[in-house]
Amino acid sequence: MNEIFAALEAASTTVENNPVLNISIFGAFVAITLFIVIRASRNNKTAADYYAAGRSFTGPQNGFAIAGDYLSAASFLGICGAIALNGYDGFLYSIGFLVAWLVALLLVAELMRNTGKFTMADVLSFRLAQRPVRMAAAITTLAVCFFYLLAQMAGAGGLVSLLLGIDDRIGQSIVVAVVGVLMIVYVLVGGMKGTTWVQIVKAFLLIGGAIVMTIWVLAINGFNINTLLGAAVDASTTTPPDAILAPGLQYGANPWDFISLAIALVLGTAGLPHVLMRFYTVPTAKEARRSVVWAIWLIGLFYLLTLVLGYGAAALVGPDAIREAPGGVNSAAPLLALALGGPILLGFISAVAFATILAVVAGLTITAAASFAHDIYANVVKKGDVPPDGEVKVARRTVVVIGVLAIIGGIGVQGQNVAFLVALAFAVAASANLPTILYSLFWRGFTTRGAVWSMYGGLGAAIILIVLSPVFWGTETSVFKVGTAIWPLNNPGIVSIPLGFFLGWLGSVTSRKREDRRLAAEMDVRSLTGYGAEKATNH
Amino acid sequence: MSDPRAETAPPGGIDYIAVEESAPFQELKRTQRSFIFPLAVAFLVWYFVYVLLSSFATDFMGTRVWGDVTVGLLFGLGQFVTTFAITMAYVAFANRKLDPQAEAIRDALEKQEPTS
Repeated sequence: MNEIFAALEAASTTVENNPVLNISIFGAFVAITLFIVIRASRNNKTAADYYAAGRSFTGPQNGFAIAGDYLSAASFLGICGAIALNGYDGFLYSIGFLVAWLVALLLVAELMRNTGKFTMADVLSFRLAQRPVRMAAAITTLAVCFFYLLAQMAGAGGLVSLLLGIDDRIGQSIVVAVVGVLMIVYVLVGGMKGTTWVQIVKAFLLIGGAIVMTIWVLAINGFNINTLLGAAVDASTTTPPDAILAPGLQYGANPWDFISLAIALVLGTAGLPHVLMRFYTVPTAKEARRSVVWAIWLIGLFYLLTLVLGYGAAALVGPDAIREAPGGVNSAAPLLALALGGPILLGFISAVAFATILAVVAGLTITAAASFAHDIYANVVKKGDVPPDGEVKVARRTVVVIGVLAIIGGIGVQGQNVAFLVALAFAVAASANLPTILYSLFWRGFTTRGAVWSMYGGLGAAIILIVLSPVFWGTETSVFKVGTAIWPLNNPGIVSIPLGFFLGWLGSVTSRKREDRRLAAEMDVRSLTGYGAEKATNH
Repeated sequence: MSDPRAETAPPGGIDYIAVEESAPFQELKRTQRSFIFPLAVAFLVWYFVYVLLSSFATDFMGTRVWGDVTVGLLFGLGQFVTTFAITMAYVAFANRKLDPQAEAIRDALEKQEPTS
């Protein structure tokens, strides 16, 4: 036990004082990925190259990229920390993120791949009125990307204080700007191909690092899960200590809040636009299926590893040391790395955490840019009348604008509690996007009015409920610490998701206009057979 | 160019309504939906049973089964097992049943189309 205490003592100093090593490992990651991005992007010419990587990725490659895109810093650092401090409830949280992939696998991925071209709006507007549906889908896409992006950029600032020992505002702002500029470079130069490679490399490093640490933790505990759990209980500071083995520590105070979150998690994933866009980077629906299967195995494996890492951090680092470290709950995984492998492993894990933010923001940015250029600019504003390279030109400019906005936003929200933004992104995806996706694919009676009502209604309800909730009013962690919240739950999903489905139904049954019978039949045939989509590689 | 769908849509006149009403397509659609819908309902019900138990039956979930391993941990790991199992079952089903049917219809459509 003595070495562990020594390592812990070192922890509080080294975490802050070994930034050179951390930065050099991160620098190596940037250099390697930039090299790959530049090599991969030599023939990025058409819109299909830029938005969909020429549809040239294989299922396994895309599966890794999906995992790289999906396992954000919040799920790596946040879930490890939540398990270390609150035990079971952190694990409970992670399960929603995995089970959600079955919705994508069974109901969405292949049919979307067969029907669409670049964006979610391609599918949603296929058999309905083009402009209103595309506009609504683009707005919900941009909203989800913006909330998620802001959360990631704010996380980057927090991570800096934890890993590089930069505590002052100016230093953190510089790092946020560096992350933003790097992201712009990746997306501008590499397009979807470059972004995908960054995500693949990052997924390899993240899952590889987690495997090494998990085996290490298990070896210390004699490869006996009971020894590990026992050690975590011994180190626990809760009353009773074994409360970490049962649900309730994190969500017990208000179970309905967690139920609302769970609905948003399980239904939101298949409506996240940056996840949906990944399905277009593979040539066929069969490859889209293989990508989701790979993603499920990788993501499932990763969450099993975080269970060991979380309890391992509780046992080897201890809840108090984690709470007191700069970065608090998020520091569980880095501190565990330090306790196991010293500064080198810490540097590696820190670099992976940074790479994680970079890969996720790059994926969000290209999705938002594609949606703006392809849906709003080319199809709504210009009504499809754009020169061949005009759309990609607009997309590239949009990337720069979004990057700058993300940097400004990321610096602006430093020190604010923005953890709710990720939950909000999932709630919007589940309330505004998923109902319309499922109705368009499976319900013949769905109409333009239903789509528009469902998307704007779901988006509006999710945002309004968040603004009226304790996230904004009346508690210690609220944005405004005064006033009282009108809506009692932190998560809007339990109301906004059923509302999105209800509005889609109501709008459809009340609209007088009949939708095009031929287009509906075409969508049905193409979504199931893949006719017309498989040749997308050829041009 | 004014209709973005025209870009990926194969040129020429395929009567999609006839294809959709044809027996092979109806068979494909039935095969697909009769597999995915019950499965989707089943995993969602199982997930929400788990969430509700974790929210309201915390004592039951905290019952120890084997050493420090609790009922809740086993249920949670059970979610992983069912997710992996459903994934494998769906892939086997799609490869064996859906792909050949979809391919047959697609091939027939491509033959119908003189330009491709």
